[in-house]
Amino acid sequence: MMLESYALSSIGSALKPLPADWPGGFWWHWLVFTIIAILFVLLMVLFFTYFERRAMGRLQARLGPNRCGPFGVIQPIMDAIKALTKEDIVPYNADKVVHWLAPAVAFVPVLLVFVVVPFSNGAMLADLNVGILFVVAISSLSALGIVMAGWGSNNKYSLISAMRAVAAVVSYEIPVVLSIASVVLLAGSMSLNDIVLAQNIPFILMQPLAFLIFFIGASAEINRSPFDLLEADSEIVAGFHTEYSGMKFALFYLVEYAEALLLSVLITTLFLSGWRGPLLPPWLWFLIKVVAVFFVLVWVRTTLPRARIDQLMALAWKFLFPLSVINLVITAIEVLAWPGGVPWPMLFVNIGIMAVLIVSWSRLFKFGWGRVKVEA
Amino acid sequence: MAIKTEPFLLNIGPQHPSTHGVFRMRATMDGEVIVDMEPVFGYLHRGIEKLAEERTYNGFVSLTDRLDYLSSMSNNFAYCMAVEKLAGIKVTERCEYIRVIMAELQRIASHLIAVGAFLNDCGAFMTPIVYMIREREKILDLFEMVSGQRLTYNYMRVGGLSQDIPEEFLPALDKFLEQMPRWIDEYDQLLRQNEVLLARSRGVGILPKETAINISASGPVLRASGVKWDIRKVDPYSVYDRFEFDIPTGACGDCYDRYRVRVEEMRQSLRILGQARKQLPGGEFQTPVVQPVHLPVGEVYGHIESTRGELGFYIVSDNSIAPYRCHIRAPSFLNLTALRDMVVGWKIADAILIFGSIDIVMGEIDR
Repeated sequence: MMLESYALSSIGSALKPLPADWPGGFWWHWLVFTIIAILFVLLMVLFFTYFERRAMGRLQARLGPNRCGPFGVIQPIMDAIKALTKEDIVPYNADKVVHWLAPAVAFVPVLLVFVVVPFSNGAMLADLNVGILFVVAISSLSALGIVMAGWGSNNKYSLISAMRAVAAVVSYEIPVVLSIASVVLLAGSMSLNDIVLAQNIPFILMQPLAFLIFFIGASAEINRSPFDLLEADSEIVAGFHTEYSGMKFALFYLVEYAEALLLSVLITTLFLSGWRGPLLPPWLWFLIKVVAVFFVLVWVRTTLPRARIDQLMALAWKFLFPLSVINLVITAIEVLAWPGGVPWPMLFVNIGIMAVLIVSWSRLFKFGWGRVKVEA
Repeated sequence: MAIKTEPFLLNIGPQHPSTHGVFRMRATMDGEVIVDMEPVFGYLHRGIEKLAEERTYNGFVSLTDRLDYLSSMSNNFAYCMAVEKLAGIKVTERCEYIRVIMAELQRIASHLIAVGAFLNDCGAFMTPIVYMIREREKILDLFEMVSGQRLTYNYMRVGGLSQDIPEEFLPALDKFLEQMPRWIDEYDQLLRQNEVLLARSRGVGILPKETAINISASGPVLRASGVKWDIRKVDPYSVYDRFEFDIPTGACGDCYDRYRVRVEEMRQSLRILGQARKQLPGGEFQTPVVQPVHLPVGEVYGHIESTRGELGFYIVSDNSIAPYRCHIRAPSFLNLTALRDMVVGWKIADAILIFGSIDIVMGEIDR
């Protein structure tokens, strides 16, 4: 299924002259885009770690890394070398196999997802007609790696973190998928490339509520602040990777940033019209939007305190879930009412609906109290 | 089918990012909820009370720095005041004013760290504490001018100060007094109405008025529970009766109130500082009498409103060169006794928050 369709296309101008009937076209395409996808993930993760530390430094009235190379740009490489050369410690009573497998189980799904991401028009490894479904299905697999790490470490903090991971993924998957569904309704296709092509107006304007729900839900799913409960350093030390060191720890670090990259890429593709944009080449537009979304993530992380686990659940079930259902229904009605495509003036209506819903919902529901009655 | 569950024991600390030193909570957990909690401390015990019996009266001042290392000036102040009370020394006007200025600067510096660390416990990833440390640096610069130190100042002496304030101190103080209110306003703007902070700290870890009085809590923890009790007002020492200032109190004694009370206290300290700066008289900074070596037989209790509450030194003298016994009433130690009642039933994240809002310093608890 993954390999059934292939459109030899371009990533940047470098590959543009390649004709579609290149000898051995399929394998050539497969090779080039596998390398591109892996390089894209690894290089962007390296860049993101640098970018986040640097941006966070500026937001926190300090400098951030600035000693290795000009402006500290080779700091991520130094970190990678350090992680590779460090001693790998496995706790005495750990479940060795699970402990060893967990980082790989967490990392591989995140890498797989980039198979269906269009970097430019049709420039993707596999243009799946169920692309977004593939993304949703595969990306939530990496929670399994986190649970394995939490269980295998034989550490109570890790275990608490793993339980939180399960709870968060199960709850947030639903609003996220429902908000994606309303985008799919508008676009009329599940292929990520078709979704981009359908966005003559970026869907962030046509689907503002879905965008907010997706942003909040997905950042909770990938444990970004203010929902970084899995590695809440002030509560449960480092959560599921407390007992990891060396390259295994670095892999979890990689997963964290690869997931942040995935979130940025998905928001870019689903809501910010992906690679489309005037003047600049498509791949550059794509990168600019991805980095811009990531900057918002960094900004949120430095600004907000952390929510509590019951508040995290309440937010998912009391706020995001009903709102995403309502949004899906409204979108479905709109799509039915205008079969040739929803007209752009509807965006004002949608923004109005979003404002009314958010205000009324915040009046209706509260987080509730967190104290549990304990018998003496 | 009911799943069989059982509570488990979780050791929070002594090596944990948010235990503010080497404090340990043996928490019995039911999933995320704390059903029982036993505080364990003593990891930082250095025998300071015993060491006092082997030092001269002035020689112990440098050890008081090590008690509550975030408010060394207040500790110096309290100790020197107690000894002076016993020896019957009256310090000069200028010395009193400089001491008050130092104590209030120290209160601001300490509350900055308290509020920053509280927000850090709340999960605001380092941002508030970094900004608050930036402001604290300005105060540390002032302290460095007068004492040459940035953490353990060892500035006050029995009967006065180690040295007079240098001439560049007052202009720098004026500049600080001018800037600081704006910074506090800035924090308020960013944090006071922060939705996540409100959700996390409102109604969390309520310390009722009666409990607070029963455990003899003091300082911001007591005042947040709505008790208007401040040694500076109820038993004015030094020259505090000459200043106008209010005692901020909280409404219900939750974590948010404790945070608000600290922020308001910083404003009040600035008010005191402004007045003390205006009234600062000239003259000697030290009493011209010879330093006492053998204090008269007797006992004395001197207490001040330190940054964390009532800091008292109980000194017994037998006319030797050292105190026969020196007991320290450490405010964070007594405030901490409320911890178990406050955290039981809350989740682990709240426990950390409540613990942070009490604002303890282990150096003072273990002594």
